[in-house]
Amino acid sequence: MKIIDVKELLNAEVLCGEDMLDEEVYSACGSDMMSDVLAYVKEQGLLLTGLVNPQVIRTAEMMDMVCIVFVRAKKPSEDMVRLAERAGIVLMSTETRMYEACGNLYVNGLNGKVVRRDG
Amino acid sequence: MAEPLVFHFDVDGSDFTSAGQASVQIKKSLRQLGLPSEIIRRVSIAMYEGEINMVIHANGGVADVIVTEDCVEIILKDQGPGIENVEQAMQEGFSTATSTIHSLGFGAGMGLPNMKRYSDTMEIDTVVGVGTTITMKIFLNQ
Ligand SMILES: Nc1ncnc2c1ncn2[C@@H]1O[C@H](COP(=O)(O)OP(=O)(O)OP(=O)(O)O)[C@@H](O)[C@H]1O
Ligand SMILES: [Mg+2]
Repeated sequence: MKIIDVKELLNAEVLCGEDMLDEEVYSACGSDMMSDVLAYVKEQGLLLTGLVNPQVIRTAEMMDMVCIVFVRAKKPSEDMVRLAERAGIVLMSTETRMYEACGNLYVNGLNGKVVRRDG
Repeated sequence: MAEPLVFHFDVDGSDFTSAGQASVQIKKSLRQLGLPSEIIRRVSIAMYEGEINMVIHANGGVADVIVTEDCVEIILKDQGPGIENVEQAMQEGFSTATSTIHSLGFGAGMGLPNMKRYSDTMEIDTVVGVGTTITMKIFLNQ
């Protein structure tokens, strides 16, 4: 699924990384605990979270994730947007709640079953 | 790369907001050196977990990263409270984190086991009341 499809399915507002919306993501992870993201995520390129602090951006950066969706209408600070721009990560915000956002993306094909090709 | 490359960082323990900056910087430097992305990811995650631990459990410290032809070595040194029972701390789910730390998205007790998983060797040298030094190695040709 392209990041632009994530935006449309969740009716989300893009906060930075407009130029990366054509990039593909193959699976996602939804969590408010960065500890769990660091421990359990393998190939997920997309993070959905209701947590708002700079460690969300750094965690995603360490995991080579390409897009973060803030659920429940959460908005990152300007500092966080700047960190994400520097890391090359798309940020968006949706009013949708975590459970529905994850379910919506999953049934629309973001289920990790299409395996990433190397290179 | 005949001479080892050494990177040094002071990790500020008073500011959760800036925690992880050293790891971000190392990730950039290793990219510039052209190391394989899987190695970079392992170094990044292991170091970031350790850096966060220094900030939330030990009031900061220093981080040194030494890159040689065959190894990336990460040394994290703090003068925090030390770890009373290392075996217990290494178990998944063990954490002394407070609810403040939970509200910041950390404190699941997954960091140390994760550091062990992503490194090839990990040594914990800790004395209660004196501090903790964690040394991790990630080998390049494996
Ligand atoms: N540098 C340190 N100084 C003192 N105690 C530490 C240090 N690092 C870890 N600990 C202790 O070991 C415990 C386990 O650490 P670990 O990183 O596995 O989990 P955590 O930091 O509590 O949670 P998480 O890493 O999942 O966010 C901590 O709760 C803390 O009591
Ligand atoms: Mg930890």
